[in-house]
Amino acid sequence: MKTETRVWLVVFILAGSYLAWRAASVGIGSQYVQEIDGRTTTASVADTVAGTAEFSFSRTIGTWVAALLTLSVFSFLYRDNPFYKMAESIFIGVSAAYWMIVAFWDVLVPNLFHKIWPAWIQAWAMPGLSPERAQWWWLNLIPLALGIMLLSRLSPRGGWLAVWPLAFIIGTFAGLRLVGYFEADFLGQIRSSILSVVALDPSKSFKLQQSIENFLLLAGTLVCLVYFFFSVEHKGAVGRVARTGIWVLMITFGAGFGYTVMGRIALLAIRLEFLFDDWLWLIDPYRKRIGM
Amino acid sequence: MYAWLQHLDRRWIFLSMFLAVALPILSQLHVPVTTTDLSQAVFDQIENLKPGDKILISFDYDPGSEAELGPMATSFVHQCCEKKLKIYFMALWPVAPALIEENIRKVILADFPDMVYGQDYVNLGFKSGNEGVIKVVITDLRSLYSTDSRGTSIDQIPMCRGVTNIQGMNLLISVSAGYPGTKEWIQYAVTPYSDKLKMVSGCTGVQAPQLFPYIPNQLPGLLVAIKGAAEYEKLVNDKYSGPSPEPKYLEADRRMAPQLVAHLLMIGLIIGGNVLYFLQRREGRSR
Repeated sequence: MKTETRVWLVVFILAGSYLAWRAASVGIGSQYVQEIDGRTTTASVADTVAGTAEFSFSRTIGTWVAALLTLSVFSFLYRDNPFYKMAESIFIGVSAAYWMIVAFWDVLVPNLFHKIWPAWIQAWAMPGLSPERAQWWWLNLIPLALGIMLLSRLSPRGGWLAVWPLAFIIGTFAGLRLVGYFEADFLGQIRSSILSVVALDPSKSFKLQQSIENFLLLAGTLVCLVYFFFSVEHKGAVGRVARTGIWVLMITFGAGFGYTVMGRIALLAIRLEFLFDDWLWLIDPYRKRIGM
Repeated sequence: MYAWLQHLDRRWIFLSMFLAVALPILSQLHVPVTTTDLSQAVFDQIENLKPGDKILISFDYDPGSEAELGPMATSFVHQCCEKKLKIYFMALWPVAPALIEENIRKVILADFPDMVYGQDYVNLGFKSGNEGVIKVVITDLRSLYSTDSRGTSIDQIPMCRGVTNIQGMNLLISVSAGYPGTKEWIQYAVTPYSDKLKMVSGCTGVQAPQLFPYIPNQLPGLLVAIKGAAEYEKLVNDKYSGPSPEPKYLEADRRMAPQLVAHLLMIGLIIGGNVLYFLQRREGRSR
Protein backbone atom coordinates (compact mmCIF):
# COMPACT_ATOMS: atom_id res chain seq x y z
CA MET A 1 0.00 0.00 0.00
CA LYS A 2 1.34 3.45 -0.98
CA THR A 3 1.98 6.02 1.77
CA GLU A 4 -0.59 8.39 0.29
CA THR A 5 -3.27 5.66 0.29
CA ARG A 6 -2.41 4.86 3.88
CA VAL A 7 -2.72 8.52 4.91
CA TRP A 8 -6.10 8.86 3.21
CA LEU A 9 -7.31 5.64 4.81
CA VAL A 10 -6.44 7.00 8.25
CA VAL A 11 -8.15 10.32 7.43
CA PHE A 12 -11.32 8.50 6.28
CA ILE A 13 -11.37 6.27 9.39
CA LEU A 14 -10.88 9.24 11.74
CA ALA A 15 -13.51 11.37 9.94
CA GLY A 16 -15.96 8.44 9.82
CA SER A 17 -15.47 7.74 13.54
CA TYR A 18 -16.01 11.40 14.39
CA LEU A 19 -19.19 11.54 12.32
CA ALA A 20 -20.51 8.28 13.82
CA TRP A 21 -19.80 9.54 17.34
CA ARG A 22 -21.46 12.92 16.69
CA ALA A 23 -24.45 11.27 15.00
CA ALA A 24 -24.93 8.87 17.92
CA SER A 25 -24.35 11.46 20.67
CA VAL A 26 -26.12 14.59 19.39
CA GLY A 27 -27.81 13.39 16.18
CA ILE A 28 -26.00 15.62 13.68
CA GLY A 29 -27.70 15.92 10.32
CA SER A 30 -31.12 15.10 11.79
CA GLN A 31 -34.04 17.00 10.33
CA TYR A 32 -37.43 17.66 11.91
CA VAL A 33 -40.76 18.58 10.33
CA GLN A 34 -44.13 19.85 11.43
CA GLU A 35 -47.44 20.29 9.73
CA ILE A 36 -48.89 23.81 9.48
CA ASP A 37 -52.18 24.34 7.59
CA GLY A 38 -51.79 20.99 5.85
CA ARG A 39 -48.25 21.78 4.64
CA THR A 40 -45.17 19.97 5.89
CA THR A 41 -42.47 22.46 6.85
CA THR A 42 -39.04 22.34 8.44
CA ALA A 43 -39.12 22.52 12.23
CA SER A 44 -36.57 23.30 14.90
CA VAL A 45 -35.35 21.09 17.72
CA ALA A 46 -37.33 23.32 20.11
CA ASP A 47 -40.53 22.34 18.27
CA THR A 48 -39.62 18.69 18.71
CA VAL A 49 -39.01 19.19 22.42
CA ALA A 50 -42.40 20.93 22.65
CA GLY A 51 -43.98 17.93 20.93
CA THR A 52 -45.24 19.80 17.85
CA ALA A 53 -42.68 18.35 15.42
CA GLU A 54 -41.29 14.95 14.60
CA PHE A 55 -38.09 13.41 13.23
CA SER A 56 -38.03 13.16 9.42
CA PHE A 57 -36.13 10.12 8.17
CA SER A 58 -36.29 11.10 4.47
CA ARG A 59 -35.04 14.67 5.06
CA THR A 60 -32.24 13.40 7.31
CA ILE A 61 -31.10 10.98 4.60
CA GLY A 62 -31.36 13.89 2.13
CA THR A 63 -29.10 16.06 4.28
CA TRP A 64 -26.45 13.31 4.58
CA VAL A 65 -26.55 12.59 0.84
CA ALA A 66 -26.28 16.32 0.04
CA ALA A 67 -23.33 16.68 2.43
CA LEU A 68 -21.48 13.67 1.02
CA LEU A 69 -22.11 14.81 -2.57
CA THR A 70 -20.79 18.28 -1.66
CA LEU A 71 -17.60 16.72 -0.27
CA SER A 72 -17.35 14.52 -3.37
CA VAL A 73 -17.42 17.58 -5.61
CA PHE A 74 -14.89 19.40 -3.41
CA SER A 75 -12.59 16.36 -3.66
CA PHE A 76 -11.85 17.33 -7.27
CA LEU A 77 -9.72 20.17 -5.91
CA TYR A 78 -7.29 17.53 -4.65
CA ARG A 79 -7.42 15.31 -7.72
CA ASP A 80 -9.89 13.74 -10.15
CA ASN A 81 -11.38 10.68 -8.45
CA PRO A 82 -14.34 8.25 -8.58
CA PHE A 83 -16.33 10.16 -5.92
CA TYR A 84 -16.25 13.31 -8.03
CA LYS A 85 -17.19 11.36 -11.18
CA MET A 86 -20.14 9.80 -9.36
CA ALA A 87 -21.40 13.18 -8.08
CA GLU A 88 -21.01 14.70 -11.54
CA SER A 89 -22.96 11.86 -13.19
CA ILE A 90 -25.77 12.07 -10.62
CA PHE A 91 -26.04 15.82 -11.16
CA ILE A 92 -26.24 15.52 -14.94
CA GLY A 93 -28.82 12.70 -14.77
CA VAL A 94 -31.03 14.43 -12.22
CA SER A 95 -30.88 17.77 -14.09
CA ALA A 96 -31.84 16.17 -17.41
CA ALA A 97 -34.78 14.32 -15.86
CA TYR A 98 -35.93 17.43 -14.00
CA TRP A 99 -35.86 19.52 -17.22
CA MET A 100 -37.92 16.90 -19.01
CA ILE A 101 -40.59 16.68 -16.34
CA VAL A 102 -40.88 20.45 -15.92
CA ALA A 103 -41.11 21.01 -19.67
CA PHE A 104 -43.82 18.35 -19.94
CA TRP A 105 -46.06 19.60 -17.13
CA ASP A 106 -45.46 23.37 -17.41
CA VAL A 107 -45.32 23.73 -21.19
CA LEU A 108 -46.48 20.75 -23.24
CA VAL A 109 -49.57 19.86 -21.22
CA PRO A 110 -51.12 23.34 -20.63
CA ASN A 111 -49.81 25.13 -23.75
CA LEU A 112 -50.06 22.47 -26.43
CA PHE A 113 -52.03 19.34 -25.48
CA HIS A 114 -54.72 21.32 -23.65
CA LYS A 115 -55.25 23.59 -26.65
CA ILE A 116 -55.70 20.62 -29.00
CA TRP A 117 -57.52 18.18 -26.67
CA PRO A 118 -58.94 20.39 -23.88
CA ALA A 119 -61.59 17.99 -22.57
CA TRP A 120 -59.14 15.11 -22.34
CA ILE A 121 -56.48 17.21 -20.53
CA GLN A 122 -59.10 18.62 -18.17
CA ALA A 123 -60.37 15.15 -17.29
CA TRP A 124 -56.95 13.54 -17.01
CA ALA A 125 -54.41 16.12 -15.83
CA MET A 126 -55.59 19.64 -15.00
CA PRO A 127 -59.17 19.88 -13.73
CA GLY A 128 -58.89 23.67 -13.37
CA LEU A 129 -58.64 24.21 -17.12
CA SER A 130 -61.52 24.83 -19.49
CA PRO A 131 -62.81 21.84 -21.53
CA GLU A 132 -63.74 24.13 -24.45
CA ARG A 133 -61.65 24.50 -27.57
CA ALA A 134 -60.63 28.02 -28.60
CA GLN A 135 -61.69 29.35 -32.00
CA TRP A 136 -58.28 29.02 -33.71
CA TRP A 137 -57.26 25.83 -31.86
CA TRP A 138 -56.09 24.08 -35.04
CA LEU A 139 -53.20 26.53 -35.32
CA ASN A 140 -51.58 24.55 -32.48
CA LEU A 141 -51.27 21.58 -34.81
CA ILE A 142 -48.38 23.43 -36.48
CA PRO A 143 -46.09 23.47 -33.38
CA LEU A 144 -47.16 19.87 -32.70
CA ALA A 145 -46.05 18.84 -36.19
CA LEU A 146 -42.81 20.82 -35.90
CA GLY A 147 -42.11 19.19 -32.53
CA ILE A 148 -42.62 15.70 -33.95
CA MET A 149 -40.37 16.57 -36.89
CA LEU A 150 -37.67 17.71 -34.45
CA LEU A 151 -37.82 14.32 -32.73
CA SER A 152 -37.08 12.64 -36.06
CA ARG A 153 -33.41 13.43 -35.42
CA LEU A 154 -33.47 10.37 -33.19
CA SER A 155 -34.11 8.19 -36.24
CA PRO A 156 -31.11 7.38 -38.45
CA ARG A 157 -33.08 7.91 -41.68
CA GLY A 158 -35.46 10.73 -40.74
CA GLY A 159 -32.85 13.30 -39.70
CA TRP A 160 -33.57 15.54 -42.68
CA LEU A 161 -37.07 16.21 -41.33
CA ALA A 162 -35.60 17.95 -38.29
CA VAL A 163 -33.94 20.58 -40.46
CA TRP A 164 -37.22 22.45 -41.04
CA PRO A 165 -38.15 23.05 -37.39
CA LEU A 166 -34.51 23.90 -36.68
CA ALA A 167 -34.61 26.47 -39.47
CA PHE A 168 -37.80 27.88 -37.94
CA ILE A 169 -36.17 28.13 -34.47
CA ILE A 170 -32.98 29.73 -35.81
CA GLY A 171 -34.89 32.19 -37.99
CA THR A 172 -37.23 33.22 -35.17
CA PHE A 173 -34.46 33.73 -32.63
CA ALA A 174 -32.21 35.54 -35.11
CA GLY A 175 -35.04 37.99 -35.82
CA LEU A 176 -35.90 38.40 -32.16
CA ARG A 177 -32.32 39.02 -31.12
CA LEU A 178 -31.57 41.40 -33.95
CA VAL A 179 -34.41 43.67 -32.94
CA GLY A 180 -33.65 43.32 -29.20
CA TYR A 181 -29.96 44.16 -29.53
CA PHE A 182 -30.50 46.94 -32.04
CA GLU A 183 -33.04 48.74 -29.87
CA ALA A 184 -31.72 48.12 -26.35
CA ASP A 185 -27.99 47.91 -26.92
CA PHE A 186 -27.12 49.79 -30.09
CA LEU A 187 -29.57 52.69 -30.07
CA GLY A 188 -30.07 52.63 -26.29
CA GLN A 189 -26.34 52.81 -25.59
CA ILE A 190 -25.77 55.62 -28.10
CA ARG A 191 -28.55 57.54 -26.38
CA SER A 192 -27.04 56.86 -22.95
CA SER A 193 -23.60 58.02 -24.10
CA ILE A 194 -24.77 61.46 -25.23
CA LEU A 195 -23.92 63.30 -22.04
CA SER A 196 -22.91 66.82 -21.22
CA VAL A 197 -19.39 67.03 -19.78
CA VAL A 198 -20.50 70.21 -18.02
CA ALA A 199 -23.23 68.90 -15.74
CA LEU A 200 -25.56 71.43 -14.18
CA ASP A 201 -28.28 70.92 -11.60
CA PRO A 202 -31.80 72.44 -12.04
CA SER A 203 -30.62 75.71 -10.44
CA LYS A 204 -27.88 75.90 -13.15
CA SER A 205 -25.02 75.45 -10.67
CA PHE A 206 -22.04 73.35 -11.74
CA LYS A 207 -21.87 69.71 -10.54
CA LEU A 208 -18.20 68.72 -10.42
CA GLN A 209 -18.54 65.01 -9.60
CA GLN A 210 -21.21 64.43 -12.22
CA SER A 211 -19.15 66.30 -14.80
CA ILE A 212 -16.07 64.16 -14.10
CA GLU A 213 -18.18 60.97 -14.29
CA ASN A 214 -19.70 62.05 -17.62
CA PHE A 215 -16.30 62.98 -19.03
CA LEU A 216 -14.76 59.63 -18.01
CA LEU A 217 -17.69 57.72 -19.51
CA LEU A 218 -17.49 59.60 -22.78
CA ALA A 219 -13.69 59.44 -23.01
CA GLY A 220 -13.65 55.73 -22.05
CA THR A 221 -16.21 54.90 -24.74
CA LEU A 222 -14.32 56.84 -27.41
CA VAL A 223 -10.86 55.40 -26.65
CA CYS A 224 -12.27 51.84 -26.63
CA LEU A 225 -13.94 52.49 -29.99
CA VAL A 226 -10.61 53.75 -31.37
CA TYR A 227 -8.93 50.52 -30.21
CA PHE A 228 -11.46 48.49 -32.25
CA PHE A 229 -11.05 50.75 -35.31
CA PHE A 230 -8.69 48.73 -37.50
CA SER A 231 -8.94 50.70 -40.77
CA VAL A 232 -6.18 53.05 -39.54
CA GLU A 233 -2.84 51.71 -38.37
CA HIS A 234 -2.38 52.09 -34.61
CA LYS A 235 0.61 54.44 -34.78
CA GLY A 236 1.35 57.91 -33.43
CA ALA A 237 -1.62 59.70 -31.86
CA VAL A 238 -4.08 56.98 -32.88
CA GLY A 239 -1.78 54.35 -31.34
CA ARG A 240 -1.59 56.25 -28.06
CA VAL A 241 -5.38 56.61 -27.90
CA ALA A 242 -5.80 52.90 -28.76
CA ARG A 243 -3.36 51.98 -25.95
CA THR A 244 -5.45 54.06 -23.55
CA GLY A 245 -8.43 52.02 -24.83
CA ILE A 246 -6.60 48.83 -23.85
CA TRP A 247 -6.15 50.28 -20.35
CA VAL A 248 -9.87 51.00 -20.09
CA LEU A 249 -10.67 47.49 -21.29
CA MET A 250 -8.21 46.01 -18.79
CA ILE A 251 -9.85 47.94 -15.95
CA THR A 252 -13.22 46.55 -17.13
CA PHE A 253 -11.87 42.99 -17.18
CA GLY A 254 -10.38 43.54 -13.72
CA ALA A 255 -13.75 44.68 -12.39
CA GLY A 256 -15.36 41.63 -14.01
CA PHE A 257 -12.78 39.36 -12.39
CA GLY A 258 -13.39 40.99 -9.00
CA TYR A 259 -17.13 40.42 -9.27
CA THR A 260 -16.53 36.81 -10.35
CA VAL A 261 -14.33 36.22 -7.30
CA MET A 262 -17.06 37.69 -5.08
CA GLY A 263 -19.61 35.32 -6.64
CA ARG A 264 -17.44 32.24 -6.25
CA ILE A 265 -16.63 33.03 -2.62
CA ALA A 266 -20.35 33.41 -1.92
CA LEU A 267 -20.94 29.94 -3.43
CA LEU A 268 -18.25 28.43 -1.24
CA ALA A 269 -19.66 30.23 1.80
CA ILE A 270 -23.18 28.83 1.36
CA ARG A 271 -21.88 25.27 0.93
CA LEU A 272 -19.74 25.58 4.06
CA GLU A 273 -22.69 27.09 5.92
CA PHE A 274 -24.72 24.04 4.91
CA LEU A 275 -22.01 21.63 6.04
CA PHE A 276 -21.37 23.40 9.35
CA ASP A 277 -25.02 24.15 10.14
CA ASP A 278 -27.40 21.54 8.69
CA TRP A 279 -24.98 18.62 8.69
CA LEU A 280 -22.35 18.96 11.42
CA TRP A 281 -24.27 21.27 13.78
CA LEU A 282 -21.16 23.32 14.50
CA ILE A 283 -22.99 26.64 14.09
CA ASP A 284 -26.62 27.65 14.50
CA PRO A 285 -27.25 30.95 12.67
CA TYR A 286 -31.00 30.33 12.34
CA ARG A 287 -31.37 29.43 16.05
CA LYS A 288 -32.87 26.06 15.11
CA ARG A 289 -31.25 24.15 17.94
CA ILE A 290 -31.85 26.46 20.88
CA GLY A 291 -32.55 24.37 23.94
CA MET A 292 -30.27 21.49 23.01
CA MET B 1 11.33 29.75 0.81
CA TYR B 2 11.71 31.47 -2.58
CA ALA B 3 12.22 28.11 -4.33
CA TRP B 4 9.24 26.64 -2.46
CA LEU B 5 7.02 29.52 -3.54
CA GLN B 6 8.16 29.16 -7.15
CA HIS B 7 6.90 25.58 -7.20
CA LEU B 8 3.99 25.98 -4.81
CA ASP B 9 1.34 23.30 -5.25
CA ARG B 10 -1.94 25.09 -6.03
CA ARG B 11 -3.73 22.86 -3.52
CA TRP B 12 -2.16 24.96 -0.73
CA ILE B 13 -3.99 27.95 -2.20
CA PHE B 14 -7.25 25.96 -2.21
CA LEU B 15 -6.66 25.05 1.43
CA SER B 16 -5.92 28.65 2.43
CA MET B 17 -9.08 29.83 0.62
CA PHE B 18 -11.09 27.15 2.43
CA LEU B 19 -9.77 28.39 5.78
CA ALA B 20 -10.34 32.06 4.82
CA VAL B 21 -14.02 31.31 4.21
CA ALA B 22 -14.57 28.65 6.88
CA LEU B 23 -13.04 30.43 9.88
CA PRO B 24 -15.25 33.58 9.70
CA ILE B 25 -18.30 31.32 9.33
CA LEU B 26 -17.34 29.18 12.31
CA SER B 27 -16.45 32.21 14.45
CA GLN B 28 -19.65 34.03 13.31
CA LEU B 29 -17.57 37.10 12.48
CA HIS B 30 -19.62 40.17 11.57
CA VAL B 31 -18.60 43.18 9.48
CA PRO B 32 -20.63 46.39 9.16
CA VAL B 33 -22.40 47.05 5.85
CA THR B 34 -22.75 50.50 4.29
CA THR B 35 -25.26 51.17 1.54
CA THR B 36 -24.60 52.67 -1.90
CA ASP B 37 -26.70 54.67 -4.37
CA LEU B 38 -27.54 51.65 -6.54
CA SER B 39 -29.13 49.62 -3.76
CA GLN B 40 -30.82 52.74 -2.38
CA ALA B 41 -32.34 53.26 -5.85
CA VAL B 42 -33.74 49.70 -5.85
CA PHE B 43 -35.18 50.20 -2.38
CA ASP B 44 -36.71 53.57 -3.34
CA GLN B 45 -38.32 52.23 -6.53
CA ILE B 46 -40.27 49.67 -4.48
CA GLU B 47 -40.82 52.03 -1.58
CA ASN B 48 -42.44 54.60 -3.87
CA LEU B 49 -45.20 52.17 -4.87
CA LYS B 50 -48.60 52.38 -3.21
CA PRO B 51 -50.37 49.51 -1.38
CA GLY B 52 -52.26 47.43 -3.95
CA ASP B 53 -49.87 48.25 -6.81
CA LYS B 54 -48.89 45.31 -9.00
CA ILE B 55 -45.32 44.02 -9.02
CA LEU B 56 -43.89 41.21 -11.12
CA ILE B 57 -40.93 39.33 -9.65
CA SER B 58 -39.20 37.06 -12.13
CA PHE B 59 -36.97 34.42 -10.56
CA ASP B 60 -34.37 33.89 -13.27
CA TYR B 61 -31.88 31.72 -11.41
CA ASP B 62 -31.35 28.25 -10.00
CA PRO B 63 -29.90 26.80 -6.78
CA GLY B 64 -26.39 27.24 -8.19
CA SER B 65 -26.77 30.99 -7.60
CA GLU B 66 -28.76 30.75 -4.39
CA ALA B 67 -25.78 31.98 -2.36
CA GLU B 68 -25.78 35.36 -4.09
CA LEU B 69 -29.38 35.77 -5.17
CA GLY B 70 -31.32 33.94 -2.46
CA PRO B 71 -30.89 36.68 0.18
CA MET B 72 -31.92 39.47 -2.20
CA ALA B 73 -34.94 37.48 -3.42
CA THR B 74 -36.02 37.03 0.20
CA SER B 75 -35.61 40.74 0.88
CA PHE B 76 -37.54 41.66 -2.28
CA VAL B 77 -40.47 39.53 -1.14
CA HIS B 78 -40.15 40.92 2.39
CA GLN B 79 -40.32 44.56 1.25
CA CYS B 80 -43.18 43.85 -1.19
CA CYS B 81 -45.19 42.19 1.58
CA GLU B 82 -44.54 45.05 3.98
CA LYS B 83 -45.69 47.48 1.27
CA LYS B 84 -48.85 45.36 0.72
CA LEU B 85 -48.21 45.05 -3.02
CA LYS B 86 -49.89 42.49 -5.27
CA ILE B 87 -47.07 40.11 -6.11
CA TYR B 88 -46.95 38.13 -9.37
CA PHE B 89 -44.14 35.55 -9.32
CA MET B 90 -42.85 33.98 -12.51
CA ALA B 91 -39.72 32.16 -13.67
CA LEU B 92 -37.64 31.89 -16.81
CA TRP B 93 -35.49 29.12 -15.31
CA PRO B 94 -37.00 25.65 -14.79
CA VAL B 95 -35.82 25.11 -11.20
CA ALA B 96 -36.92 28.56 -10.07
CA PRO B 97 -40.58 27.70 -9.21
CA ALA B 98 -39.24 25.66 -6.29
CA LEU B 99 -37.26 28.71 -5.15
CA ILE B 100 -40.40 30.85 -5.43
CA GLU B 101 -42.29 28.35 -3.25
CA GLU B 102 -39.40 28.41 -0.76
CA ASN B 103 -39.65 32.20 -0.48
CA ILE B 104 -43.43 32.05 -0.18
CA ARG B 105 -43.03 29.58 2.69
CA LYS B 106 -40.17 31.46 4.34
CA VAL B 107 -41.59 34.99 4.15
CA ILE B 108 -45.29 35.08 3.26
CA LEU B 109 -46.64 32.01 5.09
CA ALA B 110 -44.37 32.56 8.11
CA ASP B 111 -44.62 36.33 8.61
CA PHE B 112 -47.62 37.49 6.57
CA PRO B 113 -50.26 34.80 7.15
CA ASP B 114 -53.06 37.24 6.31
CA MET B 115 -51.98 37.36 2.68
CA VAL B 116 -54.19 35.14 0.53
CA TYR B 117 -52.96 33.13 -2.44
CA GLY B 118 -54.65 34.32 -5.61
CA GLN B 119 -55.66 37.65 -4.06
CA ASP B 120 -52.37 39.05 -2.76
CA TYR B 121 -49.80 36.86 -4.49
CA VAL B 122 -49.68 34.27 -7.24
CA ASN B 123 -47.01 31.94 -8.57
CA LEU B 124 -47.34 31.78 -12.35
CA GLY B 125 -44.46 29.32 -12.56
CA PHE B 126 -42.02 28.53 -15.34
CA LYS B 127 -42.43 28.60 -19.12
CA SER B 128 -39.72 27.55 -21.51
CA GLY B 129 -38.77 29.79 -24.42
CA ASN B 130 -36.26 32.16 -22.83
CA GLU B 131 -36.67 35.66 -24.31
CA GLY B 132 -39.59 34.31 -26.34
CA VAL B 133 -41.58 34.15 -23.09
CA ILE B 134 -40.88 37.84 -22.40
CA LYS B 135 -41.79 38.79 -25.94
CA VAL B 136 -45.16 37.05 -25.56
CA VAL B 137 -46.17 38.09 -22.02
CA ILE B 138 -45.41 41.73 -22.74
CA THR B 139 -48.40 41.77 -25.14
CA ASP B 140 -50.45 38.67 -24.27
CA LEU B 141 -49.94 36.99 -20.90
CA ARG B 142 -52.83 34.57 -21.23
CA SER B 143 -51.76 32.87 -24.43
CA LEU B 144 -48.76 31.47 -22.55
CA TYR B 145 -49.90 31.40 -18.94
CA SER B 146 -53.23 29.58 -19.04
CA THR B 147 -52.63 28.24 -15.51
CA ASP B 148 -50.56 29.13 -12.45
CA SER B 149 -47.84 26.80 -11.17
CA ARG B 150 -50.44 24.75 -9.25
CA GLY B 151 -52.46 24.03 -12.39
CA THR B 152 -55.32 26.42 -11.50
CA SER B 153 -56.81 28.19 -14.50
CA ILE B 154 -55.69 31.81 -14.59
CA ASP B 155 -59.34 32.87 -15.05
CA GLN B 156 -60.15 31.49 -11.59
CA ILE B 157 -57.43 33.53 -9.87
CA PRO B 158 -58.94 36.86 -8.67
CA MET B 159 -55.76 38.95 -8.98
CA CYS B 160 -55.24 37.77 -12.57
CA ARG B 161 -58.65 38.92 -13.77
CA GLY B 162 -58.21 41.90 -16.03
CA VAL B 163 -54.48 41.29 -16.42
CA THR B 164 -53.99 40.76 -20.15
CA ASN B 165 -50.29 41.53 -20.33
CA ILE B 166 -47.49 42.70 -18.07
CA GLN B 167 -47.53 46.29 -19.30
CA GLY B 168 -49.94 47.01 -16.45
CA MET B 169 -47.34 46.10 -13.81
CA ASN B 170 -46.18 49.06 -11.73
CA LEU B 171 -42.69 47.59 -11.43
CA LEU B 172 -40.73 44.59 -12.70
CA ILE B 173 -38.03 42.88 -10.67
CA SER B 174 -35.68 40.36 -12.22
CA VAL B 175 -33.50 38.27 -9.92
CA SER B 176 -31.06 37.11 -12.52
CA ALA B 177 -28.17 34.66 -12.79
CA GLY B 178 -27.57 34.88 -16.53
CA TYR B 179 -29.41 33.93 -19.70
CA PRO B 180 -32.35 34.42 -19.79
CA GLY B 181 -32.53 37.17 -17.21
CA THR B 182 -32.23 40.89 -16.65
CA LYS B 183 -30.55 41.58 -20.00
CA GLU B 184 -33.42 39.96 -21.90
CA TRP B 185 -36.02 41.77 -19.79
CA ILE B 186 -34.32 45.05 -20.72
CA GLN B 187 -34.09 44.14 -24.39
CA TYR B 188 -37.61 42.83 -24.92
CA ALA B 189 -39.74 44.49 -22.25
CA VAL B 190 -38.26 47.64 -20.73
CA THR B 191 -36.67 49.25 -23.80
CA PRO B 192 -39.59 48.85 -26.25
CA TYR B 193 -42.12 49.85 -23.56
CA SER B 194 -40.00 52.40 -21.70
CA ASP B 195 -42.98 54.76 -21.31
CA LYS B 196 -44.99 52.08 -19.46
CA LEU B 197 -42.54 49.80 -17.67
CA LYS B 198 -39.87 50.28 -15.04
CA MET B 199 -37.52 47.62 -13.79
CA VAL B 200 -34.95 47.02 -11.07
CA SER B 201 -32.79 43.97 -10.76
CA GLY B 202 -30.56 41.86 -8.59
CA CYS B 203 -27.84 39.94 -10.37
CA THR B 204 -24.81 37.74 -9.84
CA GLY B 205 -21.32 39.23 -9.79
CA VAL B 206 -20.41 37.52 -13.05
CA GLN B 207 -23.33 39.18 -14.84
CA ALA B 208 -22.92 42.66 -13.36
CA PRO B 209 -20.41 44.14 -15.88
CA GLN B 210 -22.89 43.34 -18.69
CA LEU B 211 -25.66 45.27 -16.94
CA PHE B 212 -23.87 48.42 -15.81
CA PRO B 213 -24.23 50.11 -19.24
CA TYR B 214 -28.02 50.04 -18.82
CA ILE B 215 -27.86 52.21 -15.66
CA PRO B 216 -29.67 54.53 -15.10
CA ASN B 217 -31.84 55.02 -18.21
CA GLN B 218 -32.93 51.44 -18.84
CA LEU B 219 -32.25 50.10 -15.35
CA PRO B 220 -32.70 52.59 -12.49
CA GLY B 221 -31.42 50.27 -9.75
CA LEU B 222 -29.23 47.19 -9.52
CA LEU B 223 -28.16 44.93 -6.66
CA VAL B 224 -24.80 43.45 -7.49
CA ALA B 225 -24.02 40.05 -6.01
CA ILE B 226 -23.81 39.37 -2.29
CA LYS B 227 -22.61 42.91 -1.49
CA GLY B 228 -25.67 44.43 -3.16
CA ALA B 229 -27.85 41.88 -1.36
CA ALA B 230 -26.34 42.82 2.02
CA GLU B 231 -26.88 46.54 1.36
CA TYR B 232 -30.49 46.05 0.30
CA GLU B 233 -31.11 43.68 3.22
CA LYS B 234 -29.89 46.42 5.57
CA LEU B 235 -32.18 49.02 3.99
CA VAL B 236 -35.22 46.76 4.27
CA ASN B 237 -34.36 45.62 7.81
CA ASP B 238 -33.69 49.18 9.02
CA LYS B 239 -37.12 50.22 7.80
CA TYR B 240 -39.22 47.17 8.67
CA SER B 241 -37.49 44.66 10.97
CA GLY B 242 -36.67 46.69 14.07
CA PRO B 243 -33.43 46.43 16.04
CA SER B 244 -33.08 42.63 15.92
CA PRO B 245 -34.17 41.18 12.58
CA GLU B 246 -34.84 37.47 12.23
CA PRO B 247 -31.80 35.42 11.09
CA LYS B 248 -33.51 34.57 7.77
CA TYR B 249 -33.41 38.28 6.88
CA LEU B 250 -29.66 38.49 7.61
CA GLU B 251 -28.28 35.87 5.23
CA ALA B 252 -26.32 38.27 3.03
CA ASP B 253 -25.11 40.19 6.06
CA ARG B 254 -23.64 36.96 7.50
CA ARG B 255 -21.83 36.16 4.25
CA MET B 256 -19.95 39.46 4.15
CA ALA B 257 -17.33 38.41 6.74
CA PRO B 258 -16.10 35.41 4.69
CA GLN B 259 -16.07 37.77 1.69
CA LEU B 260 -13.82 40.23 3.49
CA VAL B 261 -11.28 37.65 4.67
CA ALA B 262 -11.25 35.78 1.34
CA HIS B 263 -10.78 39.05 -0.58
CA LEU B 264 -7.85 40.00 1.66
CA LEU B 265 -6.33 36.60 0.89
CA MET B 266 -6.93 37.10 -2.85
CA ILE B 267 -5.29 40.54 -2.76
CA GLY B 268 -2.34 39.08 -0.86
CA LEU B 269 -2.01 36.25 -3.38
CA ILE B 270 -2.16 38.64 -6.36
CA ILE B 271 0.48 40.93 -4.85
CA GLY B 272 2.62 37.92 -3.84
CA GLY B 273 2.30 36.39 -7.30
CA ASN B 274 3.34 39.64 -8.97
CA VAL B 275 6.33 40.12 -6.65
CA LEU B 276 7.41 36.57 -7.42
CA TYR B 277 6.99 37.20 -11.15
CA PHE B 278 9.17 40.32 -11.10
CA LEU B 279 11.81 38.60 -8.97
CA GLN B 280 11.90 35.73 -11.46
CA ARG B 281 12.20 38.17 -14.35
CA ARG B 282 15.04 40.03 -12.69
CA GLU B 283 16.76 36.71 -11.98
CA GLY B 284 16.39 35.75 -15.67
CA ARG B 285 17.95 39.04 -16.80
CA SER B 286 20.94 38.79 -14.45
CA ARG B 287 21.83 35.33 -15.83
